[in-house]
Amino acid sequence: MNDTYYRPQDLPRFGEIGEGAPELWQKFSEWYGAVFREGALSEREKALIALAVSHTVQCPYCIDAYTQACLEKGSNEEQMTEAVHVAAAIRGGSALVHGVQMRNVAHRLQR
Amino acid sequence: MGESSLVGRAHGLANPAVQRAHLEALVLPRRFEGALADSTLMPLKALEVNTLQVNVGKLCNQTCRHCHVDAGPARTEVMSLEVMRACLDVLERYDIPTLDVTGGAPEIYPHLRELIDGAFNVGAHVMHRCNLTTLLTGPCQDLPAFLAERRVEIVASLPYYLPKQTDAQRGVGVFEKSIEALRLLNGIGYGREGSGLHLHLVTNPVGAFLPAGQSSLAQDWKRELHRRYGVEFNDLYTITNMPIARFLEYLEDSGNLQPYMERLVQAFNPQAAAGVMCRYLVSVSWDGRIYDCDFNQMLDLRIADHPGMTIFDFDLERLALRRIATGQHCFGCTAGAGSSCGGAVA
Ligand code: SF4
Ligand code: SF4
Repeated sequence: MNDTYYRPQDLPRFGEIGEGAPELWQKFSEWYGAVFREGALSEREKALIALAVSHTVQCPYCIDAYTQACLEKGSNEEQMTEAVHVAAAIRGGSALVHGVQMRNVAHRLQR
Repeated sequence: MGESSLVGRAHGLANPAVQRAHLEALVLPRRFEGALADSTLMPLKALEVNTLQVNVGKLCNQTCRHCHVDAGPARTEVMSLEVMRACLDVLERYDIPTLDVTGGAPEIYPHLRELIDGAFNVGAHVMHRCNLTTLLTGPCQDLPAFLAERRVEIVASLPYYLPKQTDAQRGVGVFEKSIEALRLLNGIGYGREGSGLHLHLVTNPVGAFLPAGQSSLAQDWKRELHRRYGVEFNDLYTITNMPIARFLEYLEDSGNLQPYMERLVQAFNPQAAAGVMCRYLVSVSWDGRIYDCDFNQMLDLRIADHPGMTIFDFDLERLALRRIATGQHCFGCTAGAGSSCGGAVA
């Protein structure tokens, strides 16, 4: 189990990436914090968006962190599942809509 | 789900000393006392006693999975008339503005009305922690009207605005009954704008995670409870589940204890620590002992400098300046926005 690229104990070590470029890390951290603060969207809504995006980028760290964050912001499993479906629908839809390119190429080649 | 109490199952965690030992044995990034010291709050001291919190006993019609009291229908620990009257005597002798009645389910405590009447008659404001479902049982039918006449503030437990989560924590069918009880309370004015009858809801997470921000959550709850069930309430209090009794059992059984405690430690908030409820209240157990709070009571963690004090030798001057006994469980009160019987503190 230890010989995997993804290890849960690495998530809390995220900050170590700052050691290589402290200023950039600080800028990222400040910006990241500001992004998730209550604004025109609530913190709960932002966490749901983050959860959905986590699934499209398929990052196990983000999925872990934002599943917890969504629950802590008051979302329930039904809402979180719908958010994942939104992500999945966009992924599926974006694959499918590229079918138009396939059709364009096919029609050009078979003209 | 909590089929019965820890005591009923002769579980090791039924013993408060075992609970304390399990918590102390955890290897965590810091100790609570260290976190307090870093915030110049060590030793933690009381600031005043504005509330007498009386736990009338462990008898309850439910056996919720997260219960820090380990309450249930088969528990026999109930406050005697003698101890209850000694509580009233304290309210009469001293200027303590609020009586906070908790349990178990105080609604099924046989001397509840005498306790509330007594406090009301000496001018104390009464808060009643209500589990809702008891209100639908025969002997409690006229209790809401009794509470309303004495302007008692009701603090009712409802972990979530949907049945699935609520029933998972509190038992099958509890949600539906709770909604019926809330409608009943709304029907006599409780929770209605301008009625002066306050009905607050308490939510605690259904699982091993921290509660949401109180104000943003309140908006969701008001909208959803009104839209789905026509129910109204005043404020929403978010409470962190404490690693005590049945919630401690759940954390251990589900493998969540270590990460949950780490989460609490990591979320330590000095502002929340400065406002912890033990600085403003004392807690009386069913047998008359005095504790810093209901959580210390359940862990049988006595008051540091007056471990033997009871309601019969209650000394407000000493209690108002007392040193508070703390432990790793206290991280539950200081995580994020903090948690107290009145919800978030920071
Ligand atoms: S949480 Fe409250 S209602 Fe549930 S068992 Fe404990 S005392 Fe009873
Ligand atoms: S558990 Fe009790 S003693 Fe500890 S901080 Fe919370 S209220 Fe205070």
